Formats: sequence, structure tokens, C-alpha cells
Amino acid sequence: MFASTVSISADSDFFRSKGQEAHRTPVNSANMKMPESDRKAQFESAVAGAMDRLYGAAMRYTRNPANAEDLMADTLVKAWDNIDSLNDFSRFESWITRILSNTYISQWRRQKTSERIFDDSHCADDLDDTHSLYARLHQPFLLWWGTPEKTFVNDLLAQDIERAMDSIPEAYRVVVIMVEVLGHTYEEAADSLQVPIGTVRSRLSRGRRMLQDALWKNVKESDVN
Amino acid sequence: MVKQLSCEDVLSQLYDYLDSEIDGPTEEDINHHLHHCRECFSRAEFEKMLRKKVSETGESQAPEDVKARLASLIKRF
Repeated sequence: MFASTVSISADSDFFRSKGQEAHRTPVNSANMKMPESDRKAQFESAVAGAMDRLYGAAMRYTRNPANAEDLMADTLVKAWDNIDSLNDFSRFESWITRILSNTYISQWRRQKTSERIFDDSHCADDLDDTHSLYARLHQPFLLWWGTPEKTFVNDLLAQDIERAMDSIPEAYRVVVIMVEVLGHTYEEAADSLQVPIGTVRSRLSRGRRMLQDALWKNVKESDVN
Repeated sequence: MVKQLSCEDVLSQLYDYLDSEIDGPTEEDINHHLHHCRECFSRAEFEKMLRKKVSETGESQAPEDVKARLASLIKRF
């Protein structure tokens, strides 16, 4: 079970305690111009606009609706606590998505499984391109008449990709989600994971290959069945 | 001045290129190569399509009850 620091279940006393904390939230001078109620309304509206993105990201990270909801709740709390650091609300979605990524990573670290989850000591850059999905699908002699690789991608369902992604070891899966799904830069991913950019690049490369391998295996299994 | 790159050079940097993680001159060199090499262009298009599909999994309609609970949470801030 995801170790959320926030529970929003009906029997939780979180709401009450959070409500009390809110009165202590400092407002910096830049935001003195905007009343707290307006700031909150702006936050509420921005969250509503980013809701499906946040839920999708949380589902990808946690793979579980209940844990996704907990992750979102934790993210919202952190976002509100740090709302004064957001000067430009047009950047809200990328800002809060980064908070969600950092929250997911730090929660896993707290569970003391980080050594196992983020251990990539066995990661090697032995990426042989002859086994890429493209190399497996592409048929040069069909270049002018058909493109099976494009047909393959077009026919992929979201659940095919989700199943393939869920099969990747955590160290690689997290980086693929951060960069490919959420659009974080390598630097942002490195910062969140507290690893060098080279490690991000290596995990990403490996993760993408694993994802393509899993997609290929799924298709082969479908063909057999 | 555009540098002539081999297909191997381009493919080794393709993901960095698609992630916008390479510097200007190299990006121009890769652009130039992709405009002239059908095989690499086809590969780049395939990776772009796949990335788009993967990216789309990061957006999912939140259930109404989840939205309501989160909205209620925000009201208590």
C-alpha cells in the first residue's frame, strides 16, 4: 500500500488538522496584493484544470486508484503550502506535476525500499539497436507501399502501453514516466532522483528499450492467443 | 555550417534530439540529416508516434468521487 502522509478517507482527521494549519500559512509580500481567498480560488481553479493530468500521472506512478488518490492529496497539500513560490499561474500544471513526481519519489524513499527500487547497478549501456521495436517491425522493401511500424503504433491501446510500462523495473519506469509521460527535462529528473544527468540518460535509454521489448512481447502473445 | 552526420551518429542521439536535450548546432545537423535520409526520418517518425502514445497515458479522467474529495480537501486549506 502506498505510504501516503495524507489520508482523505471519511474517517480521517486530516481535514480538521489541515484546516487549522491553513491559518498559519505565511503569505509573502508578493502575494499581499491578492487576498488569501482569491489566491485559493485561483489555486482551486488551476487544480480543476490540471485534474486529469494529475490523476493520469498519479495512476502511472502508483498503478492503483486508491494510492493515486492519496498521492494527489499529498501533492495538493504540498502545492498549497508552497503556492507562494509560484509566480506565474500559466506554469501551474508543470509546477504541480513536478511536485507530484517529487512526492512520489520521496514517499517511496521513506519506505526504505529506495535501494532496491532505484538500484541500477546492473544497468549497462548494451543497447543493441537490432532489437528495437522499429527494427523488428520495419520492412524496408515495403517502404513505398506500407509502413507496418506505423500501423503497429496506431493500433496500440492505452492499456497495452500501461501494461508494458507497469512491467518495467521501478528504477527505469520512474524515469520513463518523468520524461516521456510528464515531459520533465533530464535535469529535472536528475534533481528529483538526486542522481547525475548521465544516470537519468542511461536509465531512460534502458527503460525505453524495456518498454519496447514489453510491447513486442505483448503483441507476440496476442498473436499466439 | 551544417555538419554531415552518419546514420549511426543520428540514431545514437535520436532520443536526446526528440527530448530536446541536445545543443543547437547538433540539432541542426540532425535536422539536416533527417531531411535527406528516408530511413532515419522513418525511424524518427516512428519514435515520435510511440512517444505520443506513451505520453497520452499520463492523462486520465479522474472519477467524480475523487474530484469531489480533492475539492473538499482544498476547501479546508
